[in-house]
Parts: sequence; C-alpha cells; structure tokens
Amino acid sequence: MNGIDLTVIWAGIIAFAVVVYVIMDGFDLGIGILFPNFKVGPDRDMAMNSIAPVWDGNETWLVLGGGGLLAAFPLAYAIILPALYAPLIAMLLGLVLRGVAFEFRWRDPSHRARWDLAFTVGSVIATFAQGITLGALLQGITVEGRAYAGGWWEWLTPFSLLTGFALLVGYALLGCCWLIWKTEGPLQRQCYSYAGRLGILLLVAIGIVSIATPFLEAEYYTRWLAYPGVLATAQIPLATLILSVLFFRSLSKKQEATPFFYALGLFGLSLVGLAVSMWPDVIPGRVTIWEAAAPYESQLFMLVGAAIMVPIILAYTAWSYWVFRGKVGSDGYH
Amino acid sequence: MMENDLAINLARIQFAFTVSFHFLFPAFTIGIASYLAVLEGLWLKTDKGVYANLYRYWLKIFAVVFAMGVVSGIVMSYQFGTNWSVFSDKAGPVIGPLMAYEVLTAFFLEAGFLGVMLFGINKVGRKLHFVATLAVAVGTFISAFWILSVNSWMQTPVGYAINDVGQFVPAAGWWDIVWNPSFPYRLVHTVLAAYLTTAFAVGAVGAWHLLKDRTNPGARKMFSMAMWMAALVAPAQIFMGDLHGLNTLEHQPAKVMAMEGHYQSHPDGAPLILFGIPNSKEKRVDYAIEIPKASSLILKHDLNAPLAGLDTIPDRDEPPVGIVFWSFRIMVGLGFAMLGLGLWSLFARTRRKLYDWPWLHRAALVMGPSGFIAVLAGWVTTEVGRQPFTVYGLLRTSESAAPLDAPAVAASLLAFVLVYFVVFGAGIVYLFKLAAKTPEAHEPTPEDAPIRSAGITPAAAVLEGDHEEGAAP
Repeated sequence: MNGIDLTVIWAGIIAFAVVVYVIMDGFDLGIGILFPNFKVGPDRDMAMNSIAPVWDGNETWLVLGGGGLLAAFPLAYAIILPALYAPLIAMLLGLVLRGVAFEFRWRDPSHRARWDLAFTVGSVIATFAQGITLGALLQGITVEGRAYAGGWWEWLTPFSLLTGFALLVGYALLGCCWLIWKTEGPLQRQCYSYAGRLGILLLVAIGIVSIATPFLEAEYYTRWLAYPGVLATAQIPLATLILSVLFFRSLSKKQEATPFFYALGLFGLSLVGLAVSMWPDVIPGRVTIWEAAAPYESQLFMLVGAAIMVPIILAYTAWSYWVFRGKVGSDGYH
Repeated sequence: MMENDLAINLARIQFAFTVSFHFLFPAFTIGIASYLAVLEGLWLKTDKGVYANLYRYWLKIFAVVFAMGVVSGIVMSYQFGTNWSVFSDKAGPVIGPLMAYEVLTAFFLEAGFLGVMLFGINKVGRKLHFVATLAVAVGTFISAFWILSVNSWMQTPVGYAINDVGQFVPAAGWWDIVWNPSFPYRLVHTVLAAYLTTAFAVGAVGAWHLLKDRTNPGARKMFSMAMWMAALVAPAQIFMGDLHGLNTLEHQPAKVMAMEGHYQSHPDGAPLILFGIPNSKEKRVDYAIEIPKASSLILKHDLNAPLAGLDTIPDRDEPPVGIVFWSFRIMVGLGFAMLGLGLWSLFARTRRKLYDWPWLHRAALVMGPSGFIAVLAGWVTTEVGRQPFTVYGLLRTSESAAPLDAPAVAASLLAFVLVYFVVFGAGIVYLFKLAAKTPEAHEPTPEDAPIRSAGITPAAAVLEGDHEEGAAP
C-alpha cells in the first residue's frame, strides 16, 4: 500500500534467495560432480575441505527460497511442488546423500570410497533435478483452479532434460573455478584444464537453451524478439559474450579468483534471462505473482523480519568465509 | 475415491516416516548444543582440561547428528508442498511467515556459525569460538520455538479469518498467532524433552565407560553432569507434562479421551485406565486395569468430577484411539523411569557412590535410548491425537493432500525408506562407534582429516589435559 507493492518486493526477495543459492551452493554441488576425477588422497580431501565449513550455510538459501515461497506465495508453492514431485523428491534425496558424506567420509575411512561416491551421486542427482525443475517451470505447468492438474510425468520433456544437463555443466564449472581459487598444486592445474572445456560446454548449453526458450510459448517469443523490446533483450546475449571473453582471458592468464567471478556473472545473466521470460508470472502463463500472493499482513510481518535479518545473515556469512579465507592447505589447514 | 484414499494414506505414512526420523536428530542436537556451550563455558572459566576434552568428544558426535538433522530437515520443508499442497495453500498465509522466521532467525544462525564451531578454533581464538558455540546452541532453540509455534497453531488455531478463496489469513495480530493457546506448554515440554534425551544419551555413554573403567575422568564428569540433569529435569518435565495435558483437555478434549481410553462418558468420576486393549469397534477397553475415579482426580482435581468420553464426539472426528492410548503410556512410563533413575543417582551421590555402583551404571546404559523413544511416543500422541485434522477442527487431513497419483507417492515413499535406512543407519552406527571410544585425556583426531586436526583441538587443553578430575562434584 502507499504505492509500495509488497508483492513485488517479495518476488524480489525470493529471486534474491534463488540467486544467492545458485551462487553459493552451485560451486559446492559442482565439486561433488567433479569429485570422481580428483585423485584419492590429499586432492579429494582438499577439495572437500574447501567447502566443509560453508556447505550447510549455502544450502540454507534453498530452504529460504522454499520457505519464502510458501509464506509469500502459498498458491505458487502449492501448485509448483506437486507438479515437480519426482524431480524435487530426487533432489531432496540427493541432498541427503551428499550432505552426510561430508561427515561420514571422515568417520569411516574403510568405506570412504563409498561415501565419496554418495557425495558425487547425490550432487549429480540434486543438480540435474534442479535444472529439470527450472526447465519444467519455464515450459509451463497444467493448472486447474487452485491446483496442479497434470500427471506425474509432465515435467519430463527434452527441454527440461536440456536444462538439467546445462545446470550440471554450469555447477561443475563453478566448482572448478572455486577450486582454482582455493587450492594450489596438481589439483589447481587439473581444474585449470577442466575449466576451459567446461566453459565452452556451458556457453553451448546456454546458447541452446536461449534459442529454445522463445519457441516454448508465443509470449516468450514476442518478449525476446519483437521490436523494440529486442533492443533491450539483445543486451543479455551481448553481455554474455563479453563476459565469456573475459572469462577465457582470465583463465589463459592463470588468474586465480577472477575466473570464479566471471563464471558467476554468466550464471547471473542466465538468471536475468529467466526473469525476463517469467516476469510477472510465478507460474509462466498461468499464475501472476499478485494472484499467488499471501495477504498484505503476512507479507508485511515477514518483511520486517527479512529486512532486519537478511543483512545480519549476510554479515556473519561473510565473516565465516573470511575466517576460512585463503588457500586450503596453507595457513594451518594441515 | 479408493485410489485417492490410497494416495493420501501413503502420503501420511511418508510424512510420519520422514518426520519421525528427522525429529530424532534435533531432539538430540538441541540438547548437545547446549551441553557443548556449557562445557566450553566451563572450560573458559576454569581452564580445566577435562571440559575441553569432553567438548571435543561430544563435538564429533554433534557434527554427525547435526548433518543428519540438516538433510532430513530440508526434506520436511519441501514436503509440505510436495505432498500437502492444499494444506500449504490454505494455511500458508498464517504458518508460512512463522516458518520463514525460523529460516531467517535460526537455520542461518546455526549454519553460519557451525563452520567456525567445527573447524575454526585456531583461526578465531577461544572467546570468539565460544560465541560461535553459543550461537549454534541458541539457534537450535530458536528453531524449536518457531516450528513448535507452527505446530501449536495447527493444534489450537486462533487469530485467523477465512478469506473468499478458503485460505486462513491472519486477522488478530501476529502475537496472538505465535503465542496460541497450546504453544507455551508445547515449547517447554518439548525443549525439556530434548534436554532429557541428551542427558540420558550422555549418561549412557558415561555409564558404559564407567563400567569398563570407573576412574576415567571424562566418563565420571559426563555421567555426573548427565545424572544432575536427569534428577533435576525429569521431575520438572513430569510437572510440565501434566500442565500440557490439562491444556490439551481444555482445547482438544478428544485427544485426551483417546489418551485415557475413555470411550464412554463418566458422569461421576472417571477411572484411570493403567493398561488395557482399546477396542474401537465395541467402543470399550478390553482387559482394563483401572483405578476408580483417579482420572477425574488428575484431570479435574476432583474425584467425582464428570468427564466426557468419545461417545460425545462424532465418529468421523474420532482420533485412532489404540495408537494414542499406547504411545501416551510409553511416554509416561519412560518419564517415570527417568525420574526413578534420577532419584537413584541422587541417592548414590549422597552416599558418594555415584561412580561405584555398577547396577546404577547398567540401568543408565539401558536408559540411554529412553529419551528418543519418549520423544517419538510423545510426538505420536500429540500428532495422531489431533487427527483427523491438520488444522484442528477446521481442515481435515483427507482434504489437505496434494493431487498426486498413488504410484508417485508409493515410489517416493519407497525411495525415502531405502535411502533413510541406509544413510541414517550408517550414521547411527558411526555414532555408536564414536561413543564407544574411551574419552581420553587428549581427544585424538582422525588422522587424515586435515581441517579437524587443526580445527577442533582447543590448543591450550592439549597441554593440560589430565589428572585434574576425580573428586565427585
């Protein structure tokens, strides 16, 4: 009210939680995806240790995304989650498998190989399922009244599989760049060599998804490609191109931290693209954010909490990263 | 309709299964986190190595339990939507914000400081590390606060209106919603239960090591601390449980009728049925052993007070009596057993025999799982007892479920069962392995866990570890 639309603010907060989640859990899921390629012994331990102190906090953003959706847009939560039942359950089980591996691999050295495998399998399943979820949401969900009305396989299409694979590549790239930043020696060299190839794969994947998206729905087509809107939307692929040039240059110069941030930038642009397609719907073509919104009182009550807590959370999260700054394996890690 | 019923029943089994597994872990972490904070505080204050060693001993166990609690908890936060979407749509505007507050004020706090707590002592120093431990401990409590407020609102809904699309919306102010009538009782009862659960788990580990070596300083200290908790908290919990029961009688009488096995009304004094076999078909308790009028005495503080029975409740609103009747008895029985052990330990203490009576230690060992069982039994009592509703009296469980096909739910249930038994089964084995290790003067760290070897060794304690403990507190 008073000209301020809380629904828009809450859409922004949830989008923010999703972005932060992808940024933060992306690289630690990516390390899980790449894990079998790392040498057993110090390399694997180092890779694991680079994320052990922070993975739990990273995953909490996923809970905020889900919990925030329930609180601010209960109708969207109630339609989307049953629609994506199979991939979401798979994601949850994947997160179980990989989450416990952090502790269990140290507790049971004789079965460490198994928990390392669980770490990878869980990370791959969770990532693939998240990618499918995004794709399935983008391609549309069957809704009748206030409920999902499709079958339990509706999410499974070539497009959703494509976004699943794209996210696997993307998270693997983030994990790779994180390890370039946080490690040194053979593991870092290995990651440099992977990062270039994963970067190319990711650009191909982004390209295919971007080309496919406008053909999913007429609305997407006009939004992306009709004049004069195309003058604005064309900036996104252009920026992607520029960022990827910068990314590959930083790799060839063997810079350590910058590749990670350029890779994050590529993710950020993809998410902006997603927002361009979806806004202002929470379920594309079916339900707008205002139709799904919780009443003003609910949104206001939560906004007070979010306004106070989110800056505090960001502050102590940053502090925790600061405490564990620097290379794994240097300053007292061993 | 048959198909639909099957899907709903599978979803109920899945929720019961996943929440039961999940609940075991926070019931333990709430307690251990506080225990760790006490240990580290005592270490900072007294500089005695035994506290630092116990801290490290229980920190490893805490890390394993916490990881299992986190991953099983993420499942819960999504299951409201995947399997109970109609409930989420309708109740979301009221319970959603409370759950969002749980994430914002508790989950991030725990997760944010856990890394420093587990791995950071050499990086931040003792005092800041203590702050991290405190933050995690406070976080576990705040988490309990919000999620129990949500649960309590579902049991005793207030402060809502129903809008034109059938959603519960806040109408009376959030204070009333958060502090709904059953919440203060449930909060205290559940947090005390978590403390007791931890006390008996810690006590059993201490007892096990005392049985092998009654001079081990770490074992003595943990056993003594655990038995203090048992002796002090068990009676408080029984008192609190009674108040909680009276609150339930006021707001959810049908639940109490099921707990008591009162199929029939008793106009002049209801008997306390100690044991029996509830027979819902014939609406009577078979083979009942009962104390005349004692139920009226407990619930109404008057031998001859009339008590209504389930005959006053329409059949379609009746909870499953057998489950509630038995889970309640298990919980209460264990509560009194806990009290008994606490008193026995006090007696041993006055005789200065706390560390010398093997039968006391054996009893404490047997009672190790009692907290977990009691917590689950209590949870079953309150959750099954409020059936057939999700929002009590207002929204039926059968009208809350997601529009899912039965095969989809069956497949996910099977997957949950398989993964949970393998993963958490392994985790529980590791907990036993950790607890089977003798508490040493210097807690060893796993050899090739690089972070830990640097991270969780409170440096000063290594130098001064042993030989200080021995005197009974």
